[in-house]
Amino acid sequence: MARTRHVLPGFRLSLGYTITYLSIIVLAPFAALAWKSSRGGVEIFTSTLTDKRVLASLELSFTTSFYAALVCGFFGVLTAWALERYSFPGRRILDAMVDLPFALPTAVAGIALCTLYAPNGWLGKILSPGGLKNLYVSWVETPNQWVVNLLEPIGFKAAYSSTGITIALIFIGFPFVVRTVQPIIQGLSLEVEEAAACLGANRWQTFWRVIFPTILPGTLAGMTLAFGRAVGEYGSVVFISGNMPFKTEIAPLLIVSRLEQYNYNGAAALGFILLVISFLILLFSNLLQSWNNKRTAR
Amino acid sequence: MAGIAQLNLPSGEDATRARIIARNQLARRATSDPLWMKATVLILSLGFLFVFFVLPLALVFQEAFRKGWEAYLKVFEDRATTHSIWLTLKVALIAVPLNTVFGLAAAWCVAHFRFRGKQLLSVLIELPLWVSPVVAGLIYVLLFGRQGLLGPWLFEKDIKIIFALPGIVLSTVFVTFPFVARVVTPQLQALGRAEEEAALTLGANGWSTFWRVTVPKIKWSLIYGIILCNARAMGEFGAVSVVSGHIRNQTNTMPLHIEVLYNEYQFVPAFAVASLLALLALLTLVIKSATTWFADRALRNAAL
Repeated sequence: MARTRHVLPGFRLSLGYTITYLSIIVLAPFAALAWKSSRGGVEIFTSTLTDKRVLASLELSFTTSFYAALVCGFFGVLTAWALERYSFPGRRILDAMVDLPFALPTAVAGIALCTLYAPNGWLGKILSPGGLKNLYVSWVETPNQWVVNLLEPIGFKAAYSSTGITIALIFIGFPFVVRTVQPIIQGLSLEVEEAAACLGANRWQTFWRVIFPTILPGTLAGMTLAFGRAVGEYGSVVFISGNMPFKTEIAPLLIVSRLEQYNYNGAAALGFILLVISFLILLFSNLLQSWNNKRTAR
Repeated sequence: MAGIAQLNLPSGEDATRARIIARNQLARRATSDPLWMKATVLILSLGFLFVFFVLPLALVFQEAFRKGWEAYLKVFEDRATTHSIWLTLKVALIAVPLNTVFGLAAAWCVAHFRFRGKQLLSVLIELPLWVSPVVAGLIYVLLFGRQGLLGPWLFEKDIKIIFALPGIVLSTVFVTFPFVARVVTPQLQALGRAEEEAALTLGANGWSTFWRVTVPKIKWSLIYGIILCNARAMGEFGAVSVVSGHIRNQTNTMPLHIEVLYNEYQFVPAFAVASLLALLALLTLVIKSATTWFADRALRNAAL
């Protein structure tokens, strides 16, 4: 019945090949994960979910990913707006640069960010406590004592802290927001903004009442994608985080350390939990996107 | 001369064009942002991109050349380093063609046909993008590892998959299989199937239609998909790190070797190897810009 509809050949071949390939590469290993995590019974899940170290790592992964998604949302919308609406020299280069985290290996990003934000790194030097003061003293010939006292306590530990993890996750999540919001801004009809202007709205009102509600669902969808990617991220985080149990140990890293201790059931249980979480995040993002499609279709 | 004559005696068409331009200029004023807003948005977004993207990249090359060209080149005389480069090339050489064939097959059936479960198939194709790389490695350890589902059987037959090349290739294939399909499917959908149907009507068989009509039509997005897949395959860290076992001169790929060198405080060698991967990433971005430009042009020509 299905065959008569298709004029083009190759439906059975391509679909058959796709499904066979996916079964070998995806479904079989996932079956192994389900089998292994069920081997430990319910106890392994309850003991995993009540383990203080696991809970600390999950909480850390969620909070850092959440803050990273917020920052990505803010700067992502600004960048998408600048790339779509303004013309300035180097716009095309910047547009290409946004995809850097997709193309740059996570380990390279990891060691670069770690060196950059380490206490003696280019940015870490300025951000660490007293860093601004040192910069001021070395730049100004006769430093003002009042300014020195003011700058002295400013600063925080960037690398080897949860701030460092957030920085790495911002890097990873940024393109997801830009690439989700950009087509929406591109698709905004100028007529609507013109109408708002004709009806007496100033630019600020047009933005808050007309543009912002239109791009909000897309922004949230992009932020959810960035969040989902961030929760599972490993390579760019392990260098900058410092990996202290209970303090800067993210959930994927805990899986690795459980594997290294040959705790296969424990690793499988935590892996299964992470998988369920990323599935829920993906589902939420799809819901947001269909909400967005419905609104723009109207 | 012709231009001046046209200015003096505007034809009906030119007058219309002038009116459209004037209208657009008025509209642009109503929908453009005030200067202070433009400046703020540009400073914030450019500053962000500079701190998060330009500085880390610049740092990779600065650290790699910290002790000069000779020290940089000397890094690649080390046996463990050259081995890691060869291993990475080998893995990419197996994984990328496999995923290219898969990507084309998946794009063909998703873009051209309607069938039950298509939505589910699309989700499955995107899945590796949302699964933690560590989990991607873990599932292969649980399937093929000594304690895994097939572990005892493999051990009996003396087949090594985990902590060996097959495991590295498998986890790389898992992490990178969405890329070709993801890039090619929308392009195939946008270009439609009229040309293929015309070729078939003229008597071409399925394969020659595919090779002579479809592949030339989508070649730019196909090239970008392959390049992106390759960059990800060569740079995969989390999944490979779980299955490889970090055996020097045996199962250390370039990203794993970078980790080892960095943790041994050998910063120049670590960043020298990293600079190769960073160059590959920059090349990927350049090819992306070029191929999207060509693909957009193909799409515009098809629309005309």
